Amino acid sequence: MIVDLAKFVAQEKPRWERLDQMLHAIAQDPWRQLPVAEARELELLYQRASADLARLATYAAEPEARGYLENLVARGHAEIHGARDASGRFRPVNWFARTLPQTFRRRWRAFMLASALTFVGAIFGGAALVFDPQAKEVLMPFSHLQGEPSERVAEERAGRSVELDDRKAQFSGMLMTHNTRVTLTAMALGMTWGIGTLILMFYNGAVLGAVVLDYVTAGETPFLLGWLLPHGAVEIPAMLIGAQAGFVLAGALLGGERRPLAARLRAAAPDVVTLCFGAALMLVWAGFVEAFLSQYHEPVLPYVVKIAFGVVELAALAWYLSRSGRERGTEVNP
Amino acid sequence: MNGERLHQVRVRTPEGVSFAFRIASPVLRAGATAIDIGVVFAVWSALAVLVSLLKLVSADIAGLVATVLYFLLSQGYIIAAEWMWRGQSIGKRVMRLRVVDARGLRLTFAQVVLRNLLRFIDALPVMYLVGGVAALLNARGQRLGDLAADTLVVWEPAEPVPDFAVLQGEKYNSLRTYGPAVARLRHAVSPAIARAAWNALSRREEFEPAARVHLFAELAGHFRHVAAAPAELTEGLSDEQFVRNVVDVLHVSRV
Repeated sequence: MIVDLAKFVAQEKPRWERLDQMLHAIAQDPWRQLPVAEARELELLYQRASADLARLATYAAEPEARGYLENLVARGHAEIHGARDASGRFRPVNWFARTLPQTFRRRWRAFMLASALTFVGAIFGGAALVFDPQAKEVLMPFSHLQGEPSERVAEERAGRSVELDDRKAQFSGMLMTHNTRVTLTAMALGMTWGIGTLILMFYNGAVLGAVVLDYVTAGETPFLLGWLLPHGAVEIPAMLIGAQAGFVLAGALLGGERRPLAARLRAAAPDVVTLCFGAALMLVWAGFVEAFLSQYHEPVLPYVVKIAFGVVELAALAWYLSRSGRERGTEVNP
Repeated sequence: MNGERLHQVRVRTPEGVSFAFRIASPVLRAGATAIDIGVVFAVWSALAVLVSLLKLVSADIAGLVATVLYFLLSQGYIIAAEWMWRGQSIGKRVMRLRVVDARGLRLTFAQVVLRNLLRFIDALPVMYLVGGVAALLNARGQRLGDLAADTLVVWEPAEPVPDFAVLQGEKYNSLRTYGPAVARLRHAVSPAIARAAWNALSRREEFEPAARVHLFAELAGHFRHVAAAPAELTEGLSDEQFVRNVVDVLHVSRV
């Protein structure tokens, strides 16, 4: 019980103000790590403020000092007990070389699910086109894909791509931002227990399958590979990784573990974010390639060069995701 | 999901004390969002002028920079602000809101990014309808992004260090000579009324004279009824001085 509240406040106020000052300084730099002496002082001040709050709690009619102290203790609690990233400051090279590929491998089942759905969608799209050629309008709602493949190939060879000559960079920017939006939407739809992500992946697969079948049956396979591989070798895996993030989120929502929902989501969040940033980074690369390389066809650029470029990209990506940052015995599947 | 909305969430610390987060109302959150949209628009208007200068070098490069920069600004501004300013954007600062971890812990970067990336579906189909409905159905006012990241948006009114000078505690207080009245006041006066009386005293200079007389008459009438003190203890005291004496006995125990 506090005998004299005014005296109590006057005595403790300098410590509260010092704690306030320290918390304010820490808040200025999210990555700042305190020296040991300062950390000890912070902990002592926080414990003292907690004890003051406990004493003040007996004083029901004193909302002012209590509100002030609660605010101080709340901020102190976040700093003292808050989860800090053990590695401190963000290190881009370490993130790229280790964190992203390790996360991808740790969550490989979600990636396989996204790939399987796209594959099933592709078979459905191809089959739908075989059984009902008029379904093309529905399956490929893009004007440049509506016509006959051979007509488009002839147009491209005649130099249609020259139209892009003075706006390639802008086109690449549009591709990057649009594809990133679609990929992040696939992730966010994980919050629909994965149903939205599932539908989106199946739909993407159906469109891809229909396009592939359309060009292959028209005998334009080299054009198709030369057109899709250079950017698709990175773009399609990036979208699958976005969906992988969505399924990781959905997995945390659906459970299967005995932990509470909030704890499951909290555990999944860093992996979801890592996968999203990884996918976005890949889409920046794919955007440049699509604008500056994919749109050029024979005779400007031989198909074999474009196909070789795509195959090399795919191999490099496969190596990166499966091998980079591999540490024996340290990778554990959740 | 719980249909009953909470006004505050209490967090108990390992030290055995608890503190409360006041859940922000949907109106305050909508206000903060509107301000943030305005901030993005204003910053973009300024940047667009600079980007247009790039057209002197290459219209194509200017187009790329404009497209990517707008995307980064519109998606990245709130993430960067909430991470650098401990859960606050400019809109949230103005409305005194903050994003906090639901357990009272420090916000992690992953939480900040995830809650904002999920705006892609919270904003669907228009004007945050999905997120708004989710927040209204959730007891803690969480939209889908907050649920995924386990965060809360809380209202933080200003909490100044208490100033006991308003009590003028050195003056004689006749109420203190009658213990039962003091006990009754401490028992029966709610923290909200005590706070209102304190605020009335600390802000007395801001009131018009007539309004001030009326306000203290109302408060004094309430306290006289609660205290049931003998008439001679309050005889000759103005309503304002009586309220001052009541607040003094509520907040300060003198021996």
